[in-house]
Amino acid sequence: MSVLLEATKIGKHFGGVQALKDVSLTINTGEIYGLIGPNGAGKTTFFNVLTGLYPKDGGTVTFDGAPLPLGSPHAVTRAGIARTFQNIRLFANMTALENVMVGRHARAKVGVGGAVMRHRRAREEEAAIRRRAEELLHYVGIADRGGQLARHLAYGDQRRLEIARALATEPRLLALDEPAAGMNATETSELKTLIEGIRADGVTVLLIEHDVKLVMGLCDRVAVLDYGEKIAEDVPDAVKRDPKVIEAYLGA
Amino acid sequence: MDIFLQQVFNGLTLGSIYALVALGYTMVYGILGLINFAHGEVVMIGALTALAAANALLALGLPVPLVLLLALLAAALVCMALGFTIERVAYRPLRNAPRLAPLITAIGVSIVLQQLAMLIWGRRYHSVPQLLPSGSHTIFGAQVTEVQMIIMATAALTMLALTQLVNRTRLGRAMRATSESPSIAALMGVDANRIIALTFVIGSGLAALAGVMVSANYGITHYHMGFLLGLKAFTAAVLGGIGNLAGAMVGGVLLGVIEALGAGYIGDLTGGVFGSNYQDVFAFFVLIVVLIFRPSGLMGEKVSERA
Repeated sequence: MSVLLEATKIGKHFGGVQALKDVSLTINTGEIYGLIGPNGAGKTTFFNVLTGLYPKDGGTVTFDGAPLPLGSPHAVTRAGIARTFQNIRLFANMTALENVMVGRHARAKVGVGGAVMRHRRAREEEAAIRRRAEELLHYVGIADRGGQLARHLAYGDQRRLEIARALATEPRLLALDEPAAGMNATETSELKTLIEGIRADGVTVLLIEHDVKLVMGLCDRVAVLDYGEKIAEDVPDAVKRDPKVIEAYLGA
Repeated sequence: MDIFLQQVFNGLTLGSIYALVALGYTMVYGILGLINFAHGEVVMIGALTALAAANALLALGLPVPLVLLLALLAAALVCMALGFTIERVAYRPLRNAPRLAPLITAIGVSIVLQQLAMLIWGRRYHSVPQLLPSGSHTIFGAQVTEVQMIIMATAALTMLALTQLVNRTRLGRAMRATSESPSIAALMGVDANRIIALTFVIGSGLAALAGVMVSANYGITHYHMGFLLGLKAFTAAVLGGIGNLAGAMVGGVLLGVIEALGAGYIGDLTGGVFGSNYQDVFAFFVLIVVLIFRPSGLMGEKVSERA
């Protein structure tokens, strides 16, 4: 199995608070990799560093054999990492379809200026963007919501839309930040099916999640963060039995 | 009744111009949260550039329609380059500064442009050559000049085109996405710097057009014309709900009509105490009243069409 992402000794502090302490982890191509830990353990910070939203203080990230350009979020997206957010961050006043179409921006070949002039190649690309966006809405199961403003969608549909928008950037690694937060049991089980489908279609998944049952049932391997440090990384069954994990997170 | 209709037509003409300028304010505000007080001066530069170009080209003996087209083009190019430069030099370095800093800078840029125009074109009023047809028609008893008709039609078409641009193209989507959340838009591959620069360029192009319209409408132009016009257009943008494109259009047209009606009737309404020279007071008075009852402007809540 080949390595897709290798993070080595990632550090990040905010003032005096050490949010991440030398966190190293390796994600293999094609796996669903879980990242769990108590609140404030540094999971989302790790995501933000990984997607270029926060500058890191130390360490290196290699993605697909090359150093990941962490300078700009745009470059990270182009390299092939897409993410969703714990607190959903859609373009609330744009339609669902438009949200996904914006996600295609990273892969568009004709510049925005050219797209205004509407010559043939630009028109074809615009049509292709729209087609792909429609396919993705269908893929995540909200094909009939395309024309609605994102802020008018039901909560679960907003989560799906965010996944569709992330997929629109053609990621090789999809990072999901608590996608099941606020979902009921039915929605969570549908989400599980969706994530499994995404992996089956060749996208590696990094999952932050509080729902331990979901993580353990879905992930091939799981890392546990506590106070900014990785305290375990293994297959779910081994992690569940790890005394350090039980003490820090899972409880007796 | 004749006076009423006459003033409505005059107001629609004036309002079309306000609307074009207001769009420039509202687009920049929507995307940066910045009130670009230099925008009125861009209109002035557009008007004076077009005048200079028109005079030079007429001296060459070119046909009038061609002169008009080239003068407009020259004004648009100069204003777009100016808008681009202002953003790059004055605002971009302050992107993450406290909000007051770019506001003060905007006022500074405004003064610089005014003084620059005074040095180039002098303090005097310039009369504008008649490039548009000078006929007029009687519509329901009101005299409407062909200049007014052309202004209204051009403004309407321009606004329609802008609406299409914002709602139907990839650039428009990128603009709306950036205005809602610059960081998420960047994550999706939208180059915020380029989008912001383009927003300034488009707004400045509209300003150039508005500048030419103002000078065509009044037949005169001077280096100080941008100040009050800018203030009125900004008022129109606030009236409609700043940040909202449709609001700027509605606010602009409405303000023009209110102002014209105010000018027409203020004498009668106040028993002759105030004359039509108080029309500006009337316009700002309406703004105050609207803001008391709808602080976010007439269309301020319908944020879906922000750009």
